[in-house]
Amino acid sequence: MGSEVEKKAVFDTESAKEVVKELRDSFVAGKTKTYEWRRTQLAAMLKMMDENEPQIVAALSDDLSKPELESSIYEIAMLKNSCKLALKEMKHWMMPEKAKTSMTTFPSSAEIVSDPLGVVLIISAWNYPFLLSLDPVVGAIAAGNAIVLKPSEISPATASLLAKLVKKYLDCSCIKVVEGAVPETTALLEQKWDKIMYTGNGRIARIVMAAAAKHLTPVVLELGGKCPVIVDSGINLQVATRRIIAGKWGCNNGQACISPDYIITTKDYAPELVDSFKCELERFYGKNPLESKDLSRIVNSNHFARLLKLLDEDTVSSKIVYGGERDETNLKIAPTILLDVPKDSLIMNEEIFGPLLPIITIDKVEGSFDLINSSGTKPLAAYLFTNNKKLKEKFVEKVSAGGLVVNDTTVHLAEPALPFGGVGDSGMGAYHGKFSFDTFSHKKAVLYRSFAGDAAVRYPPYTAGKLRLMRALLGGSIMGIIRALLGWSKP
Amino acid sequence: MEKDLGREITEIRECYRNGNTKPIAWRRSQLQALRSFLLDYEIQIFRALNLDLGKHYVEAFRDEVGILKKSVNLALKDLKRWSASTKAKLPAIALLSYAELVPEPLGLILVISSWNFPLGLSLEPLIGAIAAGNAVVLKPSEMSPACSSLLANTLPKYLDNQAIKVIEGGPAVGQQLLQQKWDKIFFTGSAKVGRMVMSEAAKNLTPVTLELGGKCPAVLDSLSWSWDKEVAVKRIVGAKYGSCAGQACISIDYVLVEKSFSSTVVELMKAMIRTMYGDNPKESHSVARIINKHHFLRLKNLLTDQKVKDCIVYGGSTDEDSLYIEPTILVDPPLESAIMAEEIFGPLLPIITLDKIEDSIEFINSRPKPLAIYAFTKDEVLRKRMVSETSSGSVVFNDAIIQFAADTLPFGGIGESGFGKYHGKFSFDTFTHYKAVARRSFFTDFWYRFPPWNNHKLELLEDTYGFDYFGLLLVILGLKRSRKTFHVN
Repeated sequence: MGSEVEKKAVFDTESAKEVVKELRDSFVAGKTKTYEWRRTQLAAMLKMMDENEPQIVAALSDDLSKPELESSIYEIAMLKNSCKLALKEMKHWMMPEKAKTSMTTFPSSAEIVSDPLGVVLIISAWNYPFLLSLDPVVGAIAAGNAIVLKPSEISPATASLLAKLVKKYLDCSCIKVVEGAVPETTALLEQKWDKIMYTGNGRIARIVMAAAAKHLTPVVLELGGKCPVIVDSGINLQVATRRIIAGKWGCNNGQACISPDYIITTKDYAPELVDSFKCELERFYGKNPLESKDLSRIVNSNHFARLLKLLDEDTVSSKIVYGGERDETNLKIAPTILLDVPKDSLIMNEEIFGPLLPIITIDKVEGSFDLINSSGTKPLAAYLFTNNKKLKEKFVEKVSAGGLVVNDTTVHLAEPALPFGGVGDSGMGAYHGKFSFDTFSHKKAVLYRSFAGDAAVRYPPYTAGKLRLMRALLGGSIMGIIRALLGWSKP
Repeated sequence: MEKDLGREITEIRECYRNGNTKPIAWRRSQLQALRSFLLDYEIQIFRALNLDLGKHYVEAFRDEVGILKKSVNLALKDLKRWSASTKAKLPAIALLSYAELVPEPLGLILVISSWNFPLGLSLEPLIGAIAAGNAVVLKPSEMSPACSSLLANTLPKYLDNQAIKVIEGGPAVGQQLLQQKWDKIFFTGSAKVGRMVMSEAAKNLTPVTLELGGKCPAVLDSLSWSWDKEVAVKRIVGAKYGSCAGQACISIDYVLVEKSFSSTVVELMKAMIRTMYGDNPKESHSVARIINKHHFLRLKNLLTDQKVKDCIVYGGSTDEDSLYIEPTILVDPPLESAIMAEEIFGPLLPIITLDKIEDSIEFINSRPKPLAIYAFTKDEVLRKRMVSETSSGSVVFNDAIIQFAADTLPFGGIGESGFGKYHGKFSFDTFTHYKAVARRSFFTDFWYRFPPWNNHKLELLEDTYGFDYFGLLLVILGLKRSRKTFHVN
């Protein structure tokens, strides 16, 4: 064999076309449809994780300085659970669902069959590059599709590890990883897919959806937004603070779509809250958080500069009550809390996606719902800490978001019985658990009629009598039908 | 005009924001009002459909009015159940103490409907959108003007004008509407316009449902019993010519039969057409008109090619003045001809003959995915293959079009025939956001969720997330040590 110098070919429209053609041929040949194939792929994915955990953790550390525990739990363990659940439930998910039939199609029987869509494109994000790449893939495999995965180039170590591992463990004729940046993604988006799932930001999402429109391709868009946390008084402040910290800095240092973005609390309660934060943050990350090994770094210098711009704005920098330290060489920003930044500041008008936490104070906690709704956009998640039952009810009634959590942050992500997705600007479609299977399936209606029992009323020549009978049939009442048959009802 | 439109949309948005459309009582009152409209204006509706499309009133009832009444009654009956939150089933020891799915309206909906079932395709989505608590703008097709103005002039008398508006107009108005910001757009029409609608929607990240069309094939197996043959042919002929003269997205576009069976089929069809429509179908007033001159000429042109004309075995006559085209049957027109390449959407029925009926699967699969596939067969093996080896919005055995009336079945397409679905509860779902709501108590806290990190916490978290309760217990009791070691930091 000798030594081969692998030359990386340019991935252009032609290459994209070829990839899609190969996958489509595999799909049409029925490779991905069998239960066996789906099962073996998912089992192989589990094996892949078992045998490569250190490498995965290392890649995530390279890309994000992600603490090993975050990688092991939030990326690997969660993905393993996803695989295991799919393996356990897939047979059941794949079964057709019987549908009741009514008078209008009597006699008949019906069912809803889950068909794979075909060849799907999954474009993932850089902040949970392993999980957000493979979790959708689990759903797509379970539903019987052929897949192209395009991981984010902003997390290159994970992207190339994914390419290597997928090639080694999964069926390459049906599942491929395409690495690259804008040109490669554009080439992929020009092709005809049966579904595209995109995780990322609103700007690119518009481009993805516009490209999909040309081929009438349905899309799932998992985006973000400013996830607010409302903190009421009369709660277990220590637990609440810890949970907010876990959701904010404990999740990739605030670089997560469901991370608490900002806090709303009352003017009266704010000082207590700030003190609690100071205490717990120090307990978690020590006196020199820039040196803590338990915090991810900022992913790259672009985002670092973006965050500093938010922090260093004149009207904002004076509002820092904790933190604010930065280390440009290592791309680190310390957990920072700000109090009462102006409403029109940059930091309050774009998704922060970093370790800065503004606290906005209002007079009465009930005012927080209007404040959240005044932004005009719906976030991916919204959180409330309270023991007040009425406040909880109002929260659920008034705040629209992808998902809501009361008395915690981010944990709903781990519950597969809940659909995970956005609404409005935070996205469309949902996945996790069976929702992943459904999102990559076509629910095909199948109606079985027999030749017996033909209702002459349906056919011409049309008469008033037929109209009477049809009225009764569509109206569904037995008496009505009998009356019509006997000619006793009005035409 | 544009300023007015912008103002109207702002008004509706305000109305929605004030929460007017959310209460169940409001939704119920609107649905009841819609039901009254269908009852009070039945005659006018029949008249409008006759004016626009020459539809016989029995056909109008069967395909539009009757279906709508059924749908609105179902929505009223199940409204409470549909809009109730549902508990999510959580594992025994979960991070969450309680989780539920809360249905929420999306907000402001734009419904753009089509001309062939101008009442049905306008009001069926409207029923779903109202049931789900949304504010709605309906733009009926300008190509069916009598129905469009009936809706525009009469619905305001029945429905809440601040929350539900009918806006009439053509492509220019459609364009203006598309440029506003909606929470969902529901479009019924052609694939070409569907692409444009979705492109516009992309600018605002607006989710869409596209109900498009395609060439829906009917596979007619060689049936042996004469009763079965009669019924099959009756249903095919009734579905093709009897539903808006073939101008329906779920119309049978063409039929596939075995060569040996085709002459029997043709004879049976000719006889059936005569039974249903008499010797002069035009006089029966039971065949709808072609919607307008443009489509009339389009259909007429499908028959001008001599090679296609030679394949006509029945019908073929057309009358431009009355926009009437006779129920027409062709046998084996060339597959490259326009009549076999585009969606016909008219009363011309090509019969394509195959060596064996199983070849129909490949024939269908080599073409874009249709909204429906109809298969008339008693062969169990063929049935199973039809379902598992083809892809379409839906599959119907031994009948056609009737799936439209089944409200427990999702109605929608795939690929070129569209995406999204509605009818019955699916209509409610399509205009709803299912919001996940999770609660935790302050009591149960997993202390190992928080840094500073160490091996012990890692092991605990793994077991928790893996729902491995026994393992968890062992670790807590100190009987199981972490097998993990830090490599990286």
